[in-house]
Amino acid sequence: MSVDLNTLKTPGPTITALTKPFWDAAAEGRLTIQHCEDRGKAIFYPRPICPHCWSKRLVWKDASGRGRLKSFSEVHKPGHAGWLPVAPYVVGLVELVEGPTMLSFILAGTRPLQIGDMLRLAPTAIGGRVLPAFKPVEPGAEEKPQ
Amino acid sequence: MSRPKGAIVGIGELKPQRLTSGVRTLEVIAEVSRLAVLDAGLDPAAIDGLLVGPQVGETPQHVPATIAEYLGLAPTMANVVDLGGASGAGMVWRAAAAIEAGMCETVLCVLANNREETPPRSPNRNPIREFDVPFGASGANISYALLMQAHMAAYGSTARDFALIAAAARANAQLNPDAIFFGKPADVEAVLASPIIASPLHLLEIVMPVAGGEAVVVTSVERARSLRKPPVHLLGAGEKVTHRAVSQAPSLTSGPLKSAMARAFQQSGTRADEMDLLSLYDCYTIMVATTIEDAGLCAPGQFGAWLNDHDLSHKGDKPLNTHGGQLGFGQPDLAGGMTHVVEAVRQLRGEAGERQIGKAGLALVTGNGATMSEATALVLGAA
Ligand SMILES: [Zn+2]
Repeated sequence: MSVDLNTLKTPGPTITALTKPFWDAAAEGRLTIQHCEDRGKAIFYPRPICPHCWSKRLVWKDASGRGRLKSFSEVHKPGHAGWLPVAPYVVGLVELVEGPTMLSFILAGTRPLQIGDMLRLAPTAIGGRVLPAFKPVEPGAEEKPQ
Repeated sequence: MSRPKGAIVGIGELKPQRLTSGVRTLEVIAEVSRLAVLDAGLDPAAIDGLLVGPQVGETPQHVPATIAEYLGLAPTMANVVDLGGASGAGMVWRAAAAIEAGMCETVLCVLANNREETPPRSPNRNPIREFDVPFGASGANISYALLMQAHMAAYGSTARDFALIAAAARANAQLNPDAIFFGKPADVEAVLASPIIASPLHLLEIVMPVAGGEAVVVTSVERARSLRKPPVHLLGAGEKVTHRAVSQAPSLTSGPLKSAMARAFQQSGTRADEMDLLSLYDCYTIMVATTIEDAGLCAPGQFGAWLNDHDLSHKGDKPLNTHGGQLGFGQPDLAGGMTHVVEAVRQLRGEAGERQIGKAGLALVTGNGATMSEATALVLGAA
């Protein structure tokens, strides 16, 4: 990519005290999500109560960083002007192996993307902040533990 | 067929415009409200219920009071319906329910918007702003592109299948002089030749934002009998709200309209294949595709074959969005959803002029907000 993603003037997250652990971990290149201790379910995005059972027994755990591409789009006309210098770029829906789905920035692999592709966490500096982006697992690539 | 729950007795619609300059939303609301109340043959003093939409940038709070004051109304029931593109359909059953509850007798449901060169952005601080926007996903185009890509992968639906929907909307718009694309047809090839905005979505598969306004007057079935226009009855309604952000959607290939439509059919004692008019919310081609499948008109994934088997024009066997839909008419913001209600009323009254459908007994109207998130379905019937 010719333009450094980190120099983009894109809108950053609107962080609250509750969501700060997610973004603090992201800055360190980790993906951390909440788990409900009553149902054993992982949840995304962070909340004060579990959306499945309304339990308050939520704990942060690092996710594996592995997921599956549920859908994607190559964005030619961004909704925010800050993204124009890198258009077209790809966003996708990543179904984490832990269960929940998150939207993320998808880095290019060596092959054209397909729904169902396996992805792994690829922390990337975008707009002055490290975000939990993802990239395709290359065929035959050794899965390195995170 | 079930007992009707209420009656639509007045409609108002403004010809959409690309831009307005220095015009308040309130002014547009006043113009279109006047048309609907005139159409009903009522005195403004007869309006004792008021349902309105949110107004980004102009009136953040106290919207019903601001509009009541501006219009000189003193409603005994007033509220904001905030269901995005489902707001218009959502207002109709709420009006009937409020009348049934004895809170009021005649409700004005109005949605309208101005459109400045630079529309105000809503200052969100919610999860979609925190967890989608920073990754490059701002606005509805990307969300619907994700839905469309998922449908293509799941069922092998093609770009041409989706383009059929846009081309049919443009074709129907050629019989609506008020449509923004009147005089500007676009065939399947033109849709496919238009630029990709967010893959796999082409420019001509996306509504054009316009300024405009739509309003309906709802009253009791009893009261409707004495008014000047043939009443259109609300026979059934359904609603469901499941999520806001596309990442949180329970499914990418089926939406909450599925259960909303099922409830509307059940309440009205009707079936999808009995509808004489399909007035389906069409912000993007994928929305129509999913709605046809969720309505049970065809099997999941088969909308393309279904489209090829049917004529969607006013003369056809399955008239769909005879006003051109929002894809042909233009999308006056939240009022865009109400164009589907207004056109259904026109058709069921037999007032649709050169685009009048033959048999006009039953219509399915759908509304959809956010990313296949907020869904309202209505079954309307000629009295
Ligand atoms: Zn739980």
